[in-house]
Order: sequence, then structure tokens, then C-alpha cells
Amino acid sequence: MRRAVPFLLAAILAMVIFEIGHYRAHHTSTTSTSPDAVAAPDLSMMDLDGKHINIGVYKGKIVLVNFWAAWCVPCAKEIPDFMKLEQKYIGRLQVIGISIDDNESELRAFYRNHKMDYPVVRGDQQIADGYGGVPGLPTTYIVDQEGHIRGRQVGATDFLRLEQQVSSLLK
Amino acid sequence: MNRKSFALPILLIAMAFTLAVRASSETPDDAAQKDLQAGSKVLMQPQELVQALKAGQGTKPLVFYVGPEMFYQQSHIPGAEFVGPAGRPEGLKKLHDRAASLSHSTSIVIYCGCCPWSHCPNIHPAYNELKRMGFTHVRVLFLGTSFGTDWAEKGYPVQKGS
Repeated sequence: MRRAVPFLLAAILAMVIFEIGHYRAHHTSTTSTSPDAVAAPDLSMMDLDGKHINIGVYKGKIVLVNFWAAWCVPCAKEIPDFMKLEQKYIGRLQVIGISIDDNESELRAFYRNHKMDYPVVRGDQQIADGYGGVPGLPTTYIVDQEGHIRGRQVGATDFLRLEQQVSSLLK
Repeated sequence: MNRKSFALPILLIAMAFTLAVRASSETPDDAAQKDLQAGSKVLMQPQELVQALKAGQGTKPLVFYVGPEMFYQQSHIPGAEFVGPAGRPEGLKKLHDRAASLSHSTSIVIYCGCCPWSHCPNIHPAYNELKRMGFTHVRVLFLGTSFGTDWAEKGYPVQKGS
């Protein structure tokens, strides 16, 4: 039996490695930062409350432009975190949600039910192209206080990393 | 208690824990969809699809895009047909109607890539529908993060617009 102990430990280790691999395979995201920042598109958009949104209005603040959809599970999960982040950096950070939902009534119901407290705009191809494309959902662009795109996260947002980027831009 | 007596319980506990973790992280749909789990032969990697699309007419698979229209307009696999989000009844009906006239042995590849693989609302319904209809050669393009990240930004061929 003593000889079997290393095999048993190896089996346990293999299972743990397998689970970690399984988790990683299903929770992927990519992050990029842009030292040579390009200007965020100065698009005029209308939010769900009928207010005109223009990114230029937020100069002096960091803007997080989050492309999402109500049917996108990881997008929905992270909305409370975006609201918390905005509260934490109140006056210095603004979140804008750009929804690619086709179904407006579902979007409005989601917006209402989740008590989203930042502006949400219905996205289109022009907005997506303005940001250089949306590879998938969720995608979040980080726009600095001067209106330049400084980074992007594709896939489930890494909020630790996002907050580090926000902090460093606020310095 | 000697090593002999506690080694086996440890192994059993570890196995039970592993099974419990896996069961709790899977939706019932996932449990029924072993075909779409990592390592399944149903899944196709991007490079494999690129090679398959280079094949001559007749052996090339039909490629159906089953995600939101905005992403298709932005960029899609050349030759892929737009079906629409199969997670919605209208998208699923469109897929059904399109496939109804095809031979069940037609080689079909479906893809979406709207969001991370494990959360895609469109792939499972589309795959289920085609299998339910009796298609025997259905494969699914595996895009772990998104179409943009795992296909377009990797330099694989894309086409814009409709």
C-alpha cells in the first residue's frame, strides 16, 4: 500500500490540474494597453433616457466604454462592479454602456430591473467601428481624461487590472 | 491510523470533491452537451476550418453564423451564411428553415463567437437543432474568447458587410 501513495497523490494532483485547466479554458479574457493612444470617437449618441451623450463632455474624467448586451451572461454579471467602480471614483470616472441588443424592450427592462445608474446607449456599427471594432462581448475600452483610448479588455472584465489602469491614469 | 487506511479515503474524498465542483459549474444543458465540451471531436479549431475551406467545391463545409447581426456585419468568415442568434426563437426557426432542404449528410460548421465560449447563448441551441433534425456531420468552431479575438485578430480570413 505504501507504494500506492505516490500514485494516489499523483492522481489527486492530476485532478486539480485538470480542474484548473477546465476553469481557464472557459473563463478567458484578453487585456491590452495602448501607449500610443488614439482619440476616442467623438460620436453623438442618445441614451435610454433620451439624453444626448458625447464623449467630449466627459473630458477630465476617465471614461469606461463597455460594449455589452442584456442576453450576455458575463456582461450582466459585471454591471454591479461597474456601478461600484463609478461610485468609488465618483467625479473622476464615468461608465458608458453601449448595448448591442436588437430587442429594445428587453434592453429597457434589463436597464430598469438592474437599476443601472450610468448612461446606456443602443450601439450600432458606426459606434463599434469608431472604437476600432468590438471583437466580442463584453469589451471595455478605457478612455483617459484627454479623450484618448488607453486600453481594452475583451471577455469577462478583470476588474483588478482595470482598477490598476484607472489608478495609474489618475496619478 | 496508518497510511494504508487513510490513503483510500483521501482519494475518494478528492474524487467526490472534483465531481461536485464539476457538477455545480455545469448547467443542465452542458451536462447534455458532452459533444461541445473541450476535447470533443465535434469542436473545430480555427486552423482546421481554414484548411477545410480551402477544399474544392463539394467537399467544403457549409458555414452558418448563428450570432448577432452587428458582429456579422463587422466581420465574418468569408462565405459564411448569416442565420442570426439561435438563442432566440426567430433565429432558431431561420436555422431550421435553412437546413430543412439540405441532405442530412451535409457537412455543416456553425459558429458564433459573440462572447466567451462557456456563455454563448447561441451555439448550444443551434447544435441541438441540427442534431435533432438528423444532421450527422455537424461541427462547431471553437472560439474561446470571441470571434474577434480568436479569429479576426489572429489573421484568419474575414469579410465585412452582408
